Amino acid sequence: MTPNRKLKVATTSLAGCFGCHMSFLDIDERLFPLLDRIEFDRSPLTDIKHCGRCDIGFIEGGICNAENVHVLREFRRNCRLLVAVGACAINGGLPAQRNHLDLGNCLQEVYVTEPGLAKGGIPNDPELPLPLDKVHPLHEVVKVDYFLPGCPPSADAIWKFLNDLLTGRTPQLGHGLIQYD
Amino acid sequence: MNLELETAANAENLRRVAIDPVSRVEGHGKVTILLDADNHVHQVRLHIVEFRGFEKFIQGRPYWEVPVMVQRLCGICPVSHHLAASKALDMIVGAKLTPTAEKIRRLMHYGQILQSHALHFFHLSSPDLLFGFDSEVAKRNIVGVAAAHPDIARQGVLLRKYGQEVIHYTAGKRIHGTGSVPGGVNKALTIEERAALLADVYQVIAWSRDAVELAKKLHLTNVSLYNSFGAFRSNMLSLVAPDGALDLYDGALRARDETGAILFDHFDTRRYWDAIIEEVRPWSYMKFPYLRSLGPERGWYKVGPLARVQNCDHITTPFADMARREFVDFGGSQPVHATLAYHWARMIEMLFAAESIKELLHDDDIVGTELMAKGERAERGVGVIEAPRGTLIHHYRVNEDDQIVRANLIVSTTHNNQAMNEAIRQVAKRYLDGRKLTEGLLNHIEVAIRAFDPCLSCATHALGKMPLAIELIDADGEVVDRLIRSSSAC
Repeated sequence: MTPNRKLKVATTSLAGCFGCHMSFLDIDERLFPLLDRIEFDRSPLTDIKHCGRCDIGFIEGGICNAENVHVLREFRRNCRLLVAVGACAINGGLPAQRNHLDLGNCLQEVYVTEPGLAKGGIPNDPELPLPLDKVHPLHEVVKVDYFLPGCPPSADAIWKFLNDLLTGRTPQLGHGLIQYD
Repeated sequence: MNLELETAANAENLRRVAIDPVSRVEGHGKVTILLDADNHVHQVRLHIVEFRGFEKFIQGRPYWEVPVMVQRLCGICPVSHHLAASKALDMIVGAKLTPTAEKIRRLMHYGQILQSHALHFFHLSSPDLLFGFDSEVAKRNIVGVAAAHPDIARQGVLLRKYGQEVIHYTAGKRIHGTGSVPGGVNKALTIEERAALLADVYQVIAWSRDAVELAKKLHLTNVSLYNSFGAFRSNMLSLVAPDGALDLYDGALRARDETGAILFDHFDTRRYWDAIIEEVRPWSYMKFPYLRSLGPERGWYKVGPLARVQNCDHITTPFADMARREFVDFGGSQPVHATLAYHWARMIEMLFAAESIKELLHDDDIVGTELMAKGERAERGVGVIEAPRGTLIHHYRVNEDDQIVRANLIVSTTHNNQAMNEAIRQVAKRYLDGRKLTEGLLNHIEVAIRAFDPCLSCATHALGKMPLAIELIDADGEVVDRLIRSSSAC
């Protein structure tokens, strides 16, 4: 790595809650020196809508619909390192609690057969991406290079991870930074 | 209601432009625009494209897990869901909160209002407001603000940090904490924590006052743009305290019409379904609520800072109330309906949160030891709170084995569904119609959406159990059939 090149970082949330992104922002004022060393590509913080060639891709959230699959593949194609951030990206997280329910029944019950609702309709516009019957973790769809656990991972864990990468070390969280809640 | 741009008559002959994803907002959404050969706009829609179904899968879970589970709807305002669920479950366990429990929860909530409003204004919206709506895309973000206005960016980051620290001390961690439980809280502040927060609170109030001034200045220096951009008239809904004061943690519902006249007041939140009803449209997973008394055409409304600051009669903290008066005076005899005035109102609320935190830190109850209460067990509970983005409703039924059997969540952003669609249609008509679309022009649409600070993260994840009104419309747009599900509780 040449010393002056900023690393390009892309981030996105799939079927997540944005909590991992918020935890990243919890590095607080450490953000400012970090901006001398990284550059954001696609991210909820920028208006870049599609991921370009990047060094690191951070993804929070699992896969719950067809669009999530497209975005995940776009990230995998473009990012040298892909990081699954947080419980949902790693194992589906809380949204995967719906996996034991039948999605069709779920939609049917809510939008059609509710008591007193003789004719309803499940939202079905072509603009709405098709929901998957189960919520999947990222590594079931693409190769994932690193898993950063936690719901969300703490700001200190994200900070340590990024700094290890930026200084060319193999990221290691160690005691106190790995947590699962 | 401005239905003219909701559904194009001849969609198949039109060109589609999508803003996907809508960026610098929380959560997933997209906008589609249909244009003819001359670039005239025929249809504009904000779609909520994902759904998760929290209300379904918490069924069968023990009720005490719920405040910790449902906050995972949203990592930006987890405290809102944490507290709304706790309030609903207070009713289940029959608790009247101890003073310490209520004040710790309020402290947590004001911490959240502070951090969320700071995040929204500084990290997400300020690039549009400081650089211009069609400024260079590479700089139009918080990184650009940090380079061009380092003091503003720094204050935003530190204001958010302080709010997050308040949450950390009251909930145990900054995101997805565990502090609030059915019947109370599991922790008060320690003397050391109180001292640590008190050390910084005066600086936070000062910065919040600066933020109000900044938002006001932005509005007043470009007043014709800010007054007209995406503006529309509508009803307004929020909680207010029994004496009409701004209250974000508790109270009863008040609605005003577009002229500011009160439609209803002191409406008991435990029967919210008598006030609000929802309908489904096939192109979004997010439903469209409206005031039952006015019907779908006239009954839609806005929630959030712009509604709250004008719905209340006064604010209990001095600097924020002064700022509110100035805001109301700016409107004159009519309520302010300018979409971009949301930012100004939001900063007034941030100041209110900062001042309220200071007041609570000076109250000895927050280091008290009476944390929990309980009373007669009930089957149903409703918890309503003013989340950063607007009114949030949680409603649960629990069986005798302590399992959740029904759940209904109406998240803040859902209330603003029609309002946001209205705003982007106004913007499309005024700025996009007949012009060759550029990135900068399309960002105008997003500027209007951002003003509402929508949490599309919350919005995508709820599965409704509300009373519903469904219209069956034939190919010519005529209403063929109309069904309203009765308003029975869940």
